[in-house]
Amino acid sequence: MTANNQNLPGTPLSEKDFEEGNILFNYDDLRGDFAWDTGVAIGSYLQGFKDGVILGARCSTCRKIVVPPRTVCEWCFHPMDEYVPLQNTGTVNTFSLCYVTWDVQRITEPEIPAVIEIDGASSLHGIMHLLSEVDPQKVHIGMRVQAVWKPVDERQGAVTDILYFKPIEEV
Amino acid sequence: MNQRVAIVGIGWSGFRPLTPEVSYKELMYEAAVRAYADAGVDPRRDVESFVTVAEDFHEGTSIFDEYTPDQLGAVLKPMHTICGDGLHGLATAYMLISTGQFELVAVEGHSKASNILTLPEVTAYAQDPVLNRPLRLNTHFVAGLEMHRYLYETGATHEQCASVVVKNRFNALSNPAAPYGANLTLEDVLDGPPLSWPLGRREAAEHADGAVVMVLANEQRARFLSDKPVWILGVGWCNDSPSLESREWAQLPYIQKAAHMAYRQAGFSNPRGVVDFAEVDDLYAYKELQSLEALGFFAPGEAGPLSADGFTASDGELPVNVSGGSLGFGHLLDATGLARALEVVLQLRGEAGSRQLEGVEIGLAQSWRGAPTTSGAVTVLSN
Amino acid sequence: MGLRKVAVVGAGMTKFVRRAQETAKELSYQATHMALQSCELSMDDVEAVCLGTAPDSFDGIHMNGEYLSDGAGAWRKPYMRSYVGGGTGVFVPIQGWYHVASGLFDVVLVVAEEKMSSYYPHAQAAFLTIFDHTTERPLKPNLLWIFALEMNRYMSAYGIAKEDIARVSVQHKRNAADHPAALLGDADITVEDVLNSEVLAWPVQRFDVSPVSDGAVAIVLAAEHVAKRITDKPVWIEGVGWSLDTAHWTNRDLVYPRYVEYAARMAYEMAGVKEPRKEIHIAEPYDPFDYKALHHLEGLQLAERGQAPQLYIDGVAARDGDMPVCPSGGLLGVGNPIAAAGLMKIAELFWQLRGEAGARQVPGQPRRGLAQAWGDLMQVGTVVIMGR
Repeated sequence: MTANNQNLPGTPLSEKDFEEGNILFNYDDLRGDFAWDTGVAIGSYLQGFKDGVILGARCSTCRKIVVPPRTVCEWCFHPMDEYVPLQNTGTVNTFSLCYVTWDVQRITEPEIPAVIEIDGASSLHGIMHLLSEVDPQKVHIGMRVQAVWKPVDERQGAVTDILYFKPIEEV
Repeated sequence: MNQRVAIVGIGWSGFRPLTPEVSYKELMYEAAVRAYADAGVDPRRDVESFVTVAEDFHEGTSIFDEYTPDQLGAVLKPMHTICGDGLHGLATAYMLISTGQFELVAVEGHSKASNILTLPEVTAYAQDPVLNRPLRLNTHFVAGLEMHRYLYETGATHEQCASVVVKNRFNALSNPAAPYGANLTLEDVLDGPPLSWPLGRREAAEHADGAVVMVLANEQRARFLSDKPVWILGVGWCNDSPSLESREWAQLPYIQKAAHMAYRQAGFSNPRGVVDFAEVDDLYAYKELQSLEALGFFAPGEAGPLSADGFTASDGELPVNVSGGSLGFGHLLDATGLARALEVVLQLRGEAGSRQLEGVEIGLAQSWRGAPTTSGAVTVLSN
Repeated sequence: MGLRKVAVVGAGMTKFVRRAQETAKELSYQATHMALQSCELSMDDVEAVCLGTAPDSFDGIHMNGEYLSDGAGAWRKPYMRSYVGGGTGVFVPIQGWYHVASGLFDVVLVVAEEKMSSYYPHAQAAFLTIFDHTTERPLKPNLLWIFALEMNRYMSAYGIAKEDIARVSVQHKRNAADHPAALLGDADITVEDVLNSEVLAWPVQRFDVSPVSDGAVAIVLAAEHVAKRITDKPVWIEGVGWSLDTAHWTNRDLVYPRYVEYAARMAYEMAGVKEPRKEIHIAEPYDPFDYKALHHLEGLQLAERGQAPQLYIDGVAARDGDMPVCPSGGLLGVGNPIAAAGLMKIAELFWQLRGEAGARQVPGQPRRGLAQAWGDLMQVGTVVIMGR
């Protein structure tokens, strides 16, 4: 190539080309249903959620507590079978105010995803979840939050058994 | 590329139709732990690169390679995924070591077919979306078309194909790892319901879950780590046209070329008389016959009658799929080729228990990526 | 035993457009055809093909690698598709490298193709499935979340102002105005334009992001003895590196991409580079978002932690600066067809190091360049160092 080649292949189309029927296309809907075995570690984690507890796992070689639990420590490769109940509270490690949903709809009230370092786990070990019951402009890194659980009889053993995290102090 | 490459560790887990008690990560971990123990290595310290084989739609997760390093001990190491069969992964590990940049590389493949609730739909999404998918046919139809043309051009018979099922599932009875062992008659197989005629239901492998991990090393490390290294004499792989409208139906030129590539590296051109036994693709019974011909063991049309006569039985002249093949083990999705190679390694090491073949020195493993693909790989191994 | 030397001897690419009329196979063919023509080779000379493309969910085709194989010229040839998420564009040349360096092949074609417009109505929704199916997907996460979380962490940790990040977007988009394939080249964009753009997921705004697009790029790799016959200006692959971090991204600090550092160190060691900031003449870090270019420059050891914005403020990163960054215009300017975008950076270095980059040419006869891509859940770094 050639510096001089200005005419690269590729033909751009616009939305209008489709609306006006200039371009033929084929449409299909894909169906993919899966039932993933949660296994030992995540199975225990989800059972913990049903019981209203966030579980972590302890690696005795690395002397760390991680969350969510797994059966092998990815750093030393030793098995982990010691599960540790963690607190319901944590610290916001980072967050965002999102005005677009996962399927690209615009919303006016932002969703607030955050990485929350859970108390009881080692530093920088947290989970992703949502924040709510808070003024978006007041959310900050380092904010202390606590989990808000679904009522016991509504819990399914899923990460959504925690509805969201909210600030511990009044904001 | 002066040093040879050997397989110094193998590990596997599963091979059951369902594995509800473990997640795919835990299945992989179990196979990995066994492989590393077999090789006598610590993955965090010794294994320098990792290769996995996987397809997103088999996992139900996009960018599946995200979820592979932790349970293999590969965190913060050079690791990548090949969208291919386990033997493509093996060939990749072979290339990595042959560059001279890596001495120890691990390969992994697994199947959690039991977790794919809509497997026929997912498989159908591999068909051409514009030209073929609108016909809304179950993908087995491609195998039906191919089998029919294969029988037509070679004169092989349906009974000869069925005899492959009888042989392989009988072989599987001697394999404690294989879930589909059975003592069937030809009638049992032929009396089954049709799947995509002439292909019958009982001529297609059922699915199974499982994981296989292998550790490869360059010659120097191999001699240090293992007193039974299994040398990779050659690897080959090839693709033909993915299009149904422009492909050979009766023959498998891509297997011929893959085999030719592997044989050239191994230093021979005709496998007869050189290769002692083989583990080949039998996702559908007719495939074993068709593949054996493409691999050059038989001329077109010979595999059927010779196979029916016992030539490829475990006590025959050229034992084929002594492990039970996919018909006996279960269709392990992308890990299928690694399961075939697993048997070859066990046989060459003398660790195949009651299935042990006597005096074998060179074995071959071959795989196919399944309908509707025209992609396959071959490896030749020796002790 | 020395490593077998491998060179890039040809390259080609299509335009990067929001929605191409060409099918995926046609895009691959166009790029491949151009790459072969550029070094006067034919498909008969190609001994193996390596392909990289984004997750199958974008194309709605299972085993997409198989489907694309004929468009990439892999009929009756050894063919493999490799995969490391967004890092694929710079990984697939590494895959081609090990094909040749292993001694198995002398001439290998490397193709990266993307047809993201197939996903209807918007490709972004497909990213839902990259998150863990059990622990994260039920929260309906958005790809923007994970970038915004990382950008926030990076800005807060070092006190970096939005203006300094916006400057990256402006520079890359202006550079792209000189790229014939560019979708988003804009010679007049300003920092104000970026800061005034719509907030998508604070702190990420519209002009911080490179949007999805269609496109394909292809390069030809050859072993030393063959490369020298094909061209008198082979560009050598001097170093390669790649590294994959843990899937548990919420158990790491997003402020620093250590996986990029690991990949870079591997490549520097292979290339014999001791002082990257002095020895790398052109850097093409992966820039799907503007802050990412900064994040990656730090991981690549080309800037101190938290100091990457200074490279732009001081003019070091400008095309006529001491270490031009993304003279191509990067993903922000040229477009982001995931895998093709990474390979575009390799093609850019190929043209730059041969003096063939036209209006984008970095002055002073640069002799060594680095391309880097990133992918997965803030997880993988892939690095290639090329030199004359």
